[in-house]
Amino acid sequence: MATFLEKLGNIDRRIIFIMMALAVIIPLSIRMSLPIPIGEGPSKDMYDAVEALPSGSRVLLSFDYDPSTMPELQPMAIALVQHLMTKDIKIVSMALWPMGVSLGNEALIAVSDSLGREEYVDWVNLGYKTGGGVLIVRLGSDIKSVFPVDYDGNPVDDMPVMDGVNKLGDFEMIISLSAGDPGVPAWVMMAGDRYNIPIGGGCTAVSAPQFYPYLSTGQMIGLLGGLKGAADYETMVRIGVENAPAGTATPGMAAQSVAHLVIMIFIILGNISYLAGKKKKGRVK
Amino acid sequence: MRLVIPLMITFVAGMIMILQFFVPATQSMGESLQEWYMIVASAAIFLGAVNLIQVHTHKIRFKLKNWKYSPVTIIGFSVMILTGLFLGIEPGRPFDYMFSQMMVPMGATMFSLLAFFVASAAFRAFRASNWRATLLLVSAFVVMLGRVPIGTMIWDRIPLISEWIMQVPNLAGQRAVMIGAAMGMVATSLRMIFGIERSYLGGAD
Amino acid sequence: MRKILFVLPLLIFTGVLFAQSSGITSDENGDCFIQSLTAEDARNDAGGNIDIKWMVATDAVIPDSMILERFDSGGVWSPISTILPANGRKTDANLENGQEYSYRIVPFYGGVAETASETAAAIPGKQWIHTGRIGMLVILTLISLAVFYYIEQGKRGKDLYIRRIAGLTAVEDAVGRATEMGRPVLYIPGIMDMDDIQTIASMVILSRVAMKTAEYGSSLLVPTCRSVVMSVAQETVKESYLQMGRPDAFHKESINYITDDQFGYAAGVDGIMVRQKPAAIFMLGTFYAESLILAETGRSVGAIQIAGTAMPSQIPFFIAACDYTLIGEELFAASAYLSKEPKLLGSLRGQDVAKLFFMIVIVLGVLSATIGEAWEPATKVADFLKTITRVE
Repeated sequence: MATFLEKLGNIDRRIIFIMMALAVIIPLSIRMSLPIPIGEGPSKDMYDAVEALPSGSRVLLSFDYDPSTMPELQPMAIALVQHLMTKDIKIVSMALWPMGVSLGNEALIAVSDSLGREEYVDWVNLGYKTGGGVLIVRLGSDIKSVFPVDYDGNPVDDMPVMDGVNKLGDFEMIISLSAGDPGVPAWVMMAGDRYNIPIGGGCTAVSAPQFYPYLSTGQMIGLLGGLKGAADYETMVRIGVENAPAGTATPGMAAQSVAHLVIMIFIILGNISYLAGKKKKGRVK
Repeated sequence: MRLVIPLMITFVAGMIMILQFFVPATQSMGESLQEWYMIVASAAIFLGAVNLIQVHTHKIRFKLKNWKYSPVTIIGFSVMILTGLFLGIEPGRPFDYMFSQMMVPMGATMFSLLAFFVASAAFRAFRASNWRATLLLVSAFVVMLGRVPIGTMIWDRIPLISEWIMQVPNLAGQRAVMIGAAMGMVATSLRMIFGIERSYLGGAD
Repeated sequence: MRKILFVLPLLIFTGVLFAQSSGITSDENGDCFIQSLTAEDARNDAGGNIDIKWMVATDAVIPDSMILERFDSGGVWSPISTILPANGRKTDANLENGQEYSYRIVPFYGGVAETASETAAAIPGKQWIHTGRIGMLVILTLISLAVFYYIEQGKRGKDLYIRRIAGLTAVEDAVGRATEMGRPVLYIPGIMDMDDIQTIASMVILSRVAMKTAEYGSSLLVPTCRSVVMSVAQETVKESYLQMGRPDAFHKESINYITDDQFGYAAGVDGIMVRQKPAAIFMLGTFYAESLILAETGRSVGAIQIAGTAMPSQIPFFIAACDYTLIGEELFAASAYLSKEPKLLGSLRGQDVAKLFFMIVIVLGVLSATIGEAWEPATKVADFLKTITRVE
């Protein structure tokens, strides 16, 4: 008969699922909050790069995600748009994912309304086009032929925000919020490397490790990785801004802390069971 | 002869794309090919939609196993398309409502399943069976703590160690996989462009 | 006189060449805010672009605004852009190759145009070699030569060793197990389109897996995330069944499109796994965050799972949840491994030689850069390696 410790090693995965659900639900329900420490790292590099842009610069913001990754990427989008618009930086947005357009639009409209910015003067959403990397290459030579009209069907030629914007090289920075492919790698390889444009990005936590090589080579200027990256950026944007609206990523970090602890406890239990089983086998031999 | 035409198309298209990368004067040829690809990719969306309808109507007609799910798929598909086409996609319209109130939460739900699966996979995989597995286990703990505020509360150096693990050993591993994969990609591309690999066309020796 | 007639065209030719290569530079104008204005044909492009650069005086009165003007074919100066009163550069695009274009900058003080800068002119043209990619061209040529050399060696019958790859050796067992259990084989070719090389590699492996399912008579399900992939997969499987003499066993509807949506696809495939309970699951191609959702569900239905991807961030998930995982380049080696065709095996050897070349370059680069900290000449080696591996 298996001992309790041995059973612990084969715990039903549904118990793990329930504990995980509670680890997320309870901190969010009781509005548990933890301070977000900001140290050196890819999030800070991203913030510093945007902060260094002079007022009036133009940034291309690409919303390369869909609703499924919205909990991690939408807070980044809002915080980034807030930072860019506060600094009077012109935003030209687009999407390599069809559903990214409306999600990006939501962020742009919400922040633009709160800060009193004007569509077509301070920002524009060009919409979605299929093609991924191929599309980026085409944007490198002529943006207006790829996007003759914006998301709402208005000709981009008449828009003040598009004045002097003909190709990717006319942007001071490109930021891609990406949940997969096409996304950050395509922008780095097709735009950053080819046209020497600084590339920043945001991605889901599970994808973040794959972008570290781009950070170390300078192919990316900064990276917001998962909810932590979003919470870091929200915190940095809010520093020194009175009555800044609270983001959704920061409260999520408390839940993530507890969830990580729960996973660690399960791993420890699994190892206790494993070592107990090993010891028993040793005795039998 | 059956294989010659597709192989020739692959060769010509592949060579044009390589050429346009190194010879700026031929970029327009590459751009034309890229435009064609975009047109084909756009047209293929209809191909997928037709296949979806075909497969599910076939299931319903012959009452194949689990056919009861198929009407749900067809109704969902038709409602989204028809409301979008006839009532518009602007905010406040039924399409937008279904997108934001149904598509968004359903997509987010699927993604959030990852949290549960990561937990169960981690529980199963991280066993200190030997010194290398133990090293992996300790690294995982440090990174997990370093990514959340509670890590700093335990010891303020944990995020720094976590960042070092990400920037140094993780980076080295990632690069090794990437360089190896890139070599594989180049070799696979060459094999296909020059018609050495043709099994996907049914031409394996 | 003859000498003059001979020299004159030469001078004109040299002048044109000079204008094409370096552009015509205006003289420095001490009185003007614009100190220098240069125009030159844009480098490494297909033509139609001119790069214009200007520098401003630091000790002059700063104008309110400046307008960059181009002398057009109609014989008038027309504005092309309003520019900031500081040093800067701009590319004038969509020009006609071979035609000379002149530029000047007009400063405005209090809304009144002042004396324009000196003019600068250039002729746009297309380039026949991208100078920033020569190093890469050389490297690509070397890799190609290595690959073709070993393909030739393979064709000549030279014995080419390939190490055992457990995940690929298990393909036959997995298909056999599915046949014994009377359950289907599920093949997931990733979530990317046919322009992704991993999807292409996956189609190549699919053809081999389809040959096995045709041989063993087990059913094969291929749900796809892209409609182009669906079409290619249908053709690939059909050809494999034809080749194995089992066209009757091919069912087109078992290779179907689900959705382009990443997690919608994951949900659809999870549904197939739970309902159909496949005995063998192949996950080969490009995967993102859905990798673990698929692999854990596959594990829960008791299937033998063989995964492979070149996405470094997803490999740990597959290793944790699958029985066998092809890591990075193993995915691209699968076709050669499964077929044991000498030509394909030869290309693998070539690929390894290319990898060895890069390993040597990396080690040399690290060593020379490190030694260069103490001994200056060593940095020249590092700089050279940096130059040849740099891509613009």
